[in-house]
Amino acid sequence: MRWGLRKVTVTRGHTNALADVTVPVDPSGVTVVVGGDGAGKSTCLQVLVGLLQPTKGTVLCPPKEGIGYVPATAGLYADLTVQENLDFAATAYRLAARDYRQRAGELLEQTGLGPARRRLGGQLSGGMQRKLAVAMSLLHAPALLVLDEPTTGVDPVSRAELWRLISAAAAGGTAVAVSTTYVNEAARAALVVLLEGGKTAASGTPAQILDGFPGRLGVLDGAERPAPLSWRRGVAWRVWAPDGALPAGARPVTPDFEDAVVAAALAGQQSAQSAQRSGQKG
Amino acid sequence: MEYLAETRGALRRFGRFTAVSGVDLTVRPGEILGLLGANGAGKTTLIRLLLGLLPPNEGVVHLFGQAPSISTRRRVGYVPQTLGLYAGLTVQENWDFTAAAFGGTGLPLPGDIAPWRRQLVGRLPLGAQRQVAFAVALSHRPELLVLDEPTSGVGPLGSARLWEGIRQAAGAGAGALVTTHNMEEAEQCDRLLIMVDGKVVAAGTAGDITAGRDVAEVRTADWSRAFALLDDGGFPVQLHGTTLRSGGQPAEISALLSQAGIAAAVASVPANLEEAFVAIVARPAAR
Repeated sequence: MRWGLRKVTVTRGHTNALADVTVPVDPSGVTVVVGGDGAGKSTCLQVLVGLLQPTKGTVLCPPKEGIGYVPATAGLYADLTVQENLDFAATAYRLAARDYRQRAGELLEQTGLGPARRRLGGQLSGGMQRKLAVAMSLLHAPALLVLDEPTTGVDPVSRAELWRLISAAAAGGTAVAVSTTYVNEAARAALVVLLEGGKTAASGTPAQILDGFPGRLGVLDGAERPAPLSWRRGVAWRVWAPDGALPAGARPVTPDFEDAVVAAALAGQQSAQSAQRSGQKG
Repeated sequence: MEYLAETRGALRRFGRFTAVSGVDLTVRPGEILGLLGANGAGKTTLIRLLLGLLPPNEGVVHLFGQAPSISTRRRVGYVPQTLGLYAGLTVQENWDFTAAAFGGTGLPLPGDIAPWRRQLVGRLPLGAQRQVAFAVALSHRPELLVLDEPTSGVGPLGSARLWEGIRQAAGAGAGALVTTHNMEEAEQCDRLLIMVDGKVVAAGTAGDITAGRDVAEVRTADWSRAFALLDDGGFPVQLHGTTLRSGGQPAEISALLSQAGIAAAVASVPANLEEAFVAIVARPAAR
């Protein structure tokens, strides 16, 4: 792996925010870190860009000027215009005027923000703000692009535009790490790391995660949850039997990537809970 | 009563701007209707019409067979995107406050949120806050649920758990109107309505909406050059691992790639819901 985290642990007080997590991020590829709130996604990305020191483990990242980073909450100045935000980022990265004009022009066109260049950042829609923040992080053509939940709450049209920017950066040779709560965004990654409670619940290509689905999956109807290892998918229940023994009446189905991710997250949650219980007993 | 919620030709203007324009919508008992649209498509205005927060300028808006009012509001459970909880009160206090507002008394907290009873809502993780908001909205046994982005930001497992609750309420006969930007969530709904510029441009099951829509799938060792070529050529193109997917015509894409000397396998494959949605919304001429 060129960039990324190797066996990284981050301890806060008595708990591990991250425990032994490995996240490879390679040039020309998109690594997606997927998980729920509190799973450790932001911590992971903050360690990757050097904002947080790991308690243990190795961080491989380019020097500061080779990193583009957009945090989950901000990434732009609300009281500067679109153009001023880009100018500011260019100054911060000490871009030459000629390189900047050309690059900013390309990015304004790619993001569709050209007509909005005189509008204040704070007056843009959520989707446009995210696009501007990503454009600012791409101005200096970073070797490593790190985006923390760039598409949460963004409408599907803006999401498609954001993924076009992300894909174009990867196609141009950039190593990209993106965090998300959406499984369908993980499905399009070159590499997926699923986090649950600060631990790796699954990692690999989407195909590897799907191929590694342990046991069998069944479908059952009914009002009540049929088994602890089950979840709703549309009207019916999905029942997961890691040992392959499906309950009576369950119709076997072939799992898809979403099933594989939910099952792995569920297994991760259960092992965390049983570890907690045995810890309390001891 | 056939429909819990019904609009016929509902229209709402703000000055010269028409936010909702001739919308027909129905929600039956036990049915979950998903409302999709880009920002500014009119979803929020439509919900405000249904909740009785705004009157329509034209058309009919009915809740439980009558015009929305304070008495119909009692029969609706609404979870806004901002959740509508008091961050500075505990879970128990939020629960009691809502019960009092709806004229209820000492109902016990549901088991799934009981462990957080004494915690301030503002200190809980987002997934837990969403679970509390949903439980609070269900506490007065509403006949219709109105949920704005119910699982935004909570992750795969949290979403699955929240949808268990939504399905359980529907199984007991409640209807639900769910707005979402998340196509996995949309696929959980029984029926979908897609809005563009205040109008309904597509309706039906997820299968109805993707039916007959294809995208071109491009597999090539030289994927990064192929991506740049298609992107520069104005094709809407997305990267999945090292495979490209594009809403363009496979024949045109094949031709463009072979002209550039890129060996690629181009196939027509069924569009997923997100691709179908983007195609529908991006081409208003298809209305």
